[in-house]
Order: sequence, then structure tokens, then C-alpha cells
Amino acid sequence: MSANPVAVALAVAGGFGLVASTGALVLPARIRVLATGGSAAASGTAGAAAGALALSGRTYAAHLPNLLPLGGVYLRVDALAGVFLAVTGAVFAVAAVYGIGYFRGHGSNRAVQAVWPLFALSLLLVPVAASVSTLLYAWELMALTSLLLVCAGGGEQARSAGLWYAVMTHLGLVALLAGLVWLAAAAHTETFAGIAAASGSISPAVKGAVFVLVLAGFGSKAGMVPLHAWLPRAHPEAPSPVSAVMSAAMVNLGVYGLVRVGFGLLHGGSRWWWLTALLLGALSAVYGIIQAAVETDLKRLLAYSTVENLGLILLAVGAAGILSDSGQPVLAALALAAGLLHVATHAAFKTLLFLGAGSVLHATGTRDLDELGGLRTRMPVTTGLFALGALGAAALPGGAGFPSEWLLLQSLIHARVISGAAALVMLPVAVGAIALSAGLAVATFVKALGTGFLAKPRSARAEHAHEASGPMLAGLGIAAVACLALALVPGTSAPALARAVNAAGLYVGGLPEYADRLTAIGSTLSPLLVVAVVVLLVLAIKALLKITARAPRRAAPLWDCGAPPLTARMEYTATSFAEPLQRVFDDVIAPESDLDVTQHDESEYLVARVAYSRAVPDRIEHRLYLPVVHTVRRAGRMATHVANGSVHRYLGYGFCAVIVLLVVLAAAR
Amino acid sequence: MNELDITARTMTVSVVQVLVVLLGSPLLVGLMRFVRARMEGRVGAGVLQPWRDTVKLLRKHRLDPEGTGPAFRTAPVLGVAVGAVAAGAIPLMATGTAFGTGADMIAVIGLLALASAALALAGLDTATAFGGMGASREMTIAALAEPTILMAVFALSARVGSTNLPAIVAAGAAGASRLASPASLLAAVALAVVVLAECGRLPVDNPATHLELTMVHEAMVLEYSGPDLALVELGAAMRLTVLLGLWSSLFVPFGIATGTGLGVLLLGLLVFAAKTAVLGCVLAAGEVFMAKLRLFRVPELLAGSFLLGVLAVAASFFLD
Repeated sequence: MSANPVAVALAVAGGFGLVASTGALVLPARIRVLATGGSAAASGTAGAAAGALALSGRTYAAHLPNLLPLGGVYLRVDALAGVFLAVTGAVFAVAAVYGIGYFRGHGSNRAVQAVWPLFALSLLLVPVAASVSTLLYAWELMALTSLLLVCAGGGEQARSAGLWYAVMTHLGLVALLAGLVWLAAAAHTETFAGIAAASGSISPAVKGAVFVLVLAGFGSKAGMVPLHAWLPRAHPEAPSPVSAVMSAAMVNLGVYGLVRVGFGLLHGGSRWWWLTALLLGALSAVYGIIQAAVETDLKRLLAYSTVENLGLILLAVGAAGILSDSGQPVLAALALAAGLLHVATHAAFKTLLFLGAGSVLHATGTRDLDELGGLRTRMPVTTGLFALGALGAAALPGGAGFPSEWLLLQSLIHARVISGAAALVMLPVAVGAIALSAGLAVATFVKALGTGFLAKPRSARAEHAHEASGPMLAGLGIAAVACLALALVPGTSAPALARAVNAAGLYVGGLPEYADRLTAIGSTLSPLLVVAVVVLLVLAIKALLKITARAPRRAAPLWDCGAPPLTARMEYTATSFAEPLQRVFDDVIAPESDLDVTQHDESEYLVARVAYSRAVPDRIEHRLYLPVVHTVRRAGRMATHVANGSVHRYLGYGFCAVIVLLVVLAAAR
Repeated sequence: MNELDITARTMTVSVVQVLVVLLGSPLLVGLMRFVRARMEGRVGAGVLQPWRDTVKLLRKHRLDPEGTGPAFRTAPVLGVAVGAVAAGAIPLMATGTAFGTGADMIAVIGLLALASAALALAGLDTATAFGGMGASREMTIAALAEPTILMAVFALSARVGSTNLPAIVAAGAAGASRLASPASLLAAVALAVVVLAECGRLPVDNPATHLELTMVHEAMVLEYSGPDLALVELGAAMRLTVLLGLWSSLFVPFGIATGTGLGVLLLGLLVFAAKTAVLGCVLAAGEVFMAKLRLFRVPELLAGSFLLGVLAVAASFFLD
């Protein structure tokens, strides 16, 4: 009997990952970075290969009873898991190649290099898990390893981000634990296969409660508003290759969990579940991109863009649920396929963007867009590749994000066939959210590219930037190739997507017929043709101008209004670029500005100094989280009166407790 | 008729449309300036003046303002290329265009957005306050105008079940009753407002101003000169023509050739030219009686039209 290729690939991924982690601990500094990065890249490639095999139709299932106490480990790989395995593995491999250059230069931190392959392995383990306990083990492993990486940077900001992340990820875990254990108890089994078989007999009320808990748990991992507060804090603090893995791969697993439990285990359920998911997805998309539009920290901007994109994916999943509930399985499958395609495209361009931002941070030591600028002359390759990623994030034709958002709109166009007033009101709102986030994404990424990379340097650090090293550029290059492939020939992914949607348990019809439908709809968009024609026309016009020109191009001074010289202080910064947008969305983001005027000692009419500061805090965080934090803190302070450290008092408490217990027991008899 | 023949016909239609838009769009701008001048009591330049300007600019030296890079040099060319692709894909004179099933509405809108994003990047690339100011304002307006266009086209596509432009226009041409539906009317108003914003016309932007407090598009392209400026102007004129043509094809699709006969195609061409000229004159006449909105009142106008777009989508779900 020959071994299952998926199992072999997974074993290779695990082996190389452990080698990378051990190597980081024991190898001497000279070869550590190269050896660790190399084996991490091999591990990621093997993981991606396992995903690709699963997407081509192979499956794998195993039960390892002795690996963990209480039931052992159940593993199962199908095409749905394959999507997430392939994406995670590919992002891991690219980030590992990039990491060889990134970790070599500065902060060759042994602990970070030892932990991050383990983090990536835990990401590969989540979609493979096939029982409640296995999934929760993998989930917690992922949370702990990523928490270590977020805190690794040190400093006040990283500490605060780590605290937020630790609390929120564990609240999410509690919600998941409660939901999944409840589900397992109701189904009398903890394997996914068993729950899926038994879920027909579970009462709808229990299923609804389980769904709400699971939506909160998985949604918080996917950055769903209002549970997103940790994401723009934690993602930027980790080292850049880890940020890329977190933002392009880890958040996806929230979507995976929701699809697996919602469609695979609970078989769709009621309409209000998916209406909730759709609305929260739409809210996340719009809120995320508005915050990104006014953000000036490059990595935080990218993190908010992750909130937006995951919101769009959640919206697609919600739409799939509603359409499935309305008896439109083909349309539902189309919406889910759009969501899964967006998982892949978002991973491609977000990896590229985060790694590009990492190169900028590496070269200049700052992520503040207001201080950057002018990187195009010093870092031409990074600028070009970042531009490609920005094109994808702005969802313009030629960019990676365009085909998936287009496919999502295609599935919603047919949504008028569904019944029910609530859904018919919600769907235009969803379409509006997609449109609004697409429009704002263009402005956001014009800002990121235009003020960060073009124009003139606005600080000495930006002026002395240097191009990234070979391995870093190689990592960026691979991500860019993936972006181009997804942008230009998205149709090739149709059979794989069809298998994944089928494995999600949403569509129970003939596979070939459905794959044909997806290919047919996909073929009405030909991005390759459109992009090719535009590129050809651009080249033709340029050539024509060159031929007809009388003289070569000549440099000329800029218009300085007759008052030279023009300095970098006169440039538009990221803050000033976003100012009109900030005014437009004043009511949503509620920016805080502070004007401090100091008068002269002699006269109050003479101004000595004017200090102006402006901050755009996350409003949901301010209004929703801080009151809770303050209440908890106040409760804690009040509790110090009760527990003031006096041993006599504690003995008194113990005595009282025993008395009360005895009374209760006596009364209960 | 065999397949090769149809391909040849649609190819011809697209090439003719591109040529007509390329050659005719400066004439449209000239016509609008002429009408406006006459109504304001001025003599005004002739209709051919934009072409004379273009030829003059094309003969000049090509200048690179100090410190600008590839983004600055590519944006004008991209604007013209995108205008040409849009002119080739949108059914302006006949429903069959060369891109066939690839003539997707969302893709065309995305391409137009790509061109304005490229020009905004070029404005930022100059590193002057003017360029940055224009880019910032232009992107703010585009960020709100884009969604409205998407909503308007979505309302029309929901009825047809496809975002394919020829299919939508053919469906509109087949039944006049569809055009009078609430969804269609709401979408028409929403799209009309956005076309004004996208083309930088009053009341959103004044194409004739060079006052730094008010200018949007002109500030962004302040550093362009010579042939580059000619391309910027040509791209803007093509964008105006294409968007007016799109509006008329969607909401007044009468006279668009659905067949492939030579006579029908010629008629379609004439009707397209006449419709666009009439729309241009109406626009110019309207501008005479209108003042420019304050910049920070523009978002309110656009938010209103976005709301109309949402209502149009809702109506297309409920009422058709």
C-alpha cells in the first residue's frame, strides 16, 4: 500500500517546520538565519503542496488515538481545508524566504526565529483538525505562538498590543470552547463527521446559540467589527514577515472555522444567522477601510485594510448562507466561491504589501507615512512591487482583488430571486458596502503609494533609505507573481474552487455541472484581454510620442509661485491627503484635535507658541471597550477593600463560608 | 453570417467608436465652450479651438519637471489608453463591440477609476503643494463617486442578470417600459450627478478656473506641459465623451444599432454623435446658471446621489 500523498506532504511540512524551530535554537549565528529560513520555506512549500493536492481532489483522514489524552487526534483534509492549507503554506514559504534577508540584518532574535515556524505549523494544523478537541488545541497553539511573536518587539507599544491581543484572543477562545463543547455534548460525539451526522436532531435553539458563540469566536480572529480592536494593534507590532503571515493567513482561519461549522456541521441553519454575518461583514468592510483611509502608520493602514477585506469575505459567506436558505444552491455556491477566491487574492496582495512595508521599515526605521516619501529613487524595485500590491488592494482591473470582488457582485446580482423582505432590504445595503469600500480603497492606496513612495523624502531617514537585500526582494517577487496570476487568469482556479465549495457542504449536486457554471460566469470577465489591450495601447502611444518628438525630454524646474525654493515641508503628507476624507466621515470616526495656544508673558495678544495635535482614535474601541475596561478596573479597585491583605480577615471569610455551606447543606436535606 | 464575419463587424464597430471618440471629444469640448460663451454674451472661440490647442501643444518640447518619475510620465498616456478601451468596449453606436463578453461594465468603470488614480499619483509625484492638493481633492471626490456609479450600474444589471454592457444596452433598447421603471429613473439621476463629478464639471469642479482655492483637476495637472498636457486634456475630453455616451446608451438607447447591417451602423453612429452633442449642449447651458459648490459641500451632493443609487438597487430588487 502506498502512502497518501497529502499525508506525506503534511509530514514533510511538519518535519521541516520542527527542524527550522530547533535549528534556530541550537545553530550558531553564522548559519542560523539561512538554515532556519531555508527549512521554514521548505515546510511552507510542503504545506502548500498538501493544499494543492487536496484541491485537486485527494482526501486524507486519520485518527491518532495516543497522541493526546481524551480521544486523541482526528485529522481530515478535504478540498475546503485545501484552500486554507494552500494559502497558509504559500504565505509561510514566501515570508520565510523574505525572512532570510530580514532577520539577517537587524535583530537576529533567536526566540522569534524559533517560535515563528511553530506558529506557521499551528496555522497548518487548524484546517486539518477534524474533531472539537483537536481544533481547540491547534487554535490555542496558534494563539500562544502568535502572542509571543507580537510581544517579541519589546517596548511599550508592543506590550500594550500583546495585552489587548492576549485578552481578546482568549475571550474568543472561551466563546469557541463554549460553543463547540455545547455542540459536541448535544451531538454526543466530538468528531466533526459525527456532529455533522447528528446535527439534524439537535434543537434549532441550541444550534442558534452555538452559531452565535462560534461567530463571536471565529469572527474576532477574522477582525470582525466590533471585535477587531486587537488586530490593528497586534499585526503591526510583530516582525514584518510574521505580520504578513498573521494578516494574510491567520485571519483567514476565522473564515474557515465559520464555514466549516456553519455549513459543514450545522448544515446552514436559519436565515438570521447569515443575515447577522452579512451585516457584520458589511460593517467591517466599511469601518475598516474608513479607518485605513485616515491612518498614517503604514502597517496599521494595512491592518485596517485586512479588517476591510475579511469583512468582504464574511459578507460573501453570509450571502452564501442566505442564498442557500432561499433554495438557490448554485448562487450560494457562487457567493462562497467568491469568498474563497478573495481569501486567496487577499493573501497574495497582503503578503506583498506587508513584506514591502517591512522593507521600508528595515530601510528607514519608521512606518510613519508622514515621514516617508521619495523612496522611489532609492528603492525602485520595492516601490514597483508595492504598487502592484496596492493595485490589488484597491480592487482595480489588473489588480489581484478585482476578480474576486467582481465574482461576489455577480452572485449578488441574481439575489432578487430570493424571498423575504429583510433579505431584500439587506442585500442593497451589502452591495452599497462593497461599492463604498472599493471606492475608499482606491483613495487609501493612492495615499499609501503616493505619499509613502513617490514625491520627495520628508525626513532624513527616508532620504537615506536603501534597497532591500536579495532574499527580501525574492520574497516580494514571488508574492508579486502570485498577485499577477490571480489578477490575470483567475478562471484557472474554477475547478479547485468548485471542489472546495462542494466540500464545504453547501451544494449537494453534480460537481461537473456546477464547475461548468462557475467557469462560464468566470469567462465573461477577461482581465487578461483588458489589461493586455491597455498595456499595448500605452506602449504604442509612448512609442508614437517618441518617434514624433523633436528633441529628447528635458528637465525643467517646478512651478514655485515665484518664491523659491520648494522644500519637502511644503509637500502634502499622508495626514493632509486624508484630511478631506476625514472631514467627510467626521461623524463616523470622530477625530480628536487639540489646539494649545501659549500667550506671551507681557501681553495676552501676543502668541508665543501654538501647538496643534490631532489623533484619530478607533471610535469603537473608545466607546465600546474603554467603558468595559474602566468598569473592570473600578471593580478591581473596590475589591481591594475586601481583600486588604489581613490574614485575620481571610480566616474570617473562610469561617463564614464554611458556616454558609453547612447551612445550605442542612437546608437542602 | 459566419463567426468570422461577426468578429470582423464587431471589430469594425469598436475601431470606429474609438476613432470617433478620439477625434470627436475635443470637438465636444469646443462645442460646450462655444455654447457657454454665447449664452454668457461672449463671442467665444470656434468649435475647433481644442484641436488647435492640441496640435500646438503636441509640437512643443517635452519637459520633465525636476524630481518627477515614471508615475508622472505614464499617467497621461494611461488616461488616453483607458479612454480608448472604454470607447471600444461601451456600446455607443451598436450593441456588438469587439470585447464581446469581456465588455464588462464593472471592468470599464474600474479602468476609468484606474486612470484617475494614476493621475492623482502623478500629482503627488510632483511633490508640490498644488499637485498634492489636487490629488487629495480628486481622490476624495472619486472615492464617493465610484461607489455611486457601481450602484447605478448594479441596479441596471440586476434586471438583466449580467454586468455585460452589450446585454444591458440591448435589453434597454428592446423594451422602452424598462427605461421608465423606478430603478432606471433613480439610477439615471444618480449616474448623471456622478458623471458631472467624474468629469470635473460644475457644480463639483470648474474646468475654467485657475484659482488655487477652488481648483481640483487643474491643480493636479499643473506641472504638465507640451505633449503631456495635450494627452491629459485629450484623456479628460475622452472621459467626458465616453461617460456621456454611456449615460445615453443606458437610459436613452434609441437608435443604437442592434443588427450588423452597414446602414444601421451608420445611422447608429449619427444618432450617437447627435445625442452626445445635445447632452453636451444641455450640460453647458446648465453650467451657465450654476455656481460651483464649496468643496466640502460636494460630498453632500455625492452622498445624496449614492443614496439614490442604493434606492435604485433596492427598487430593482423589489419593484421589477
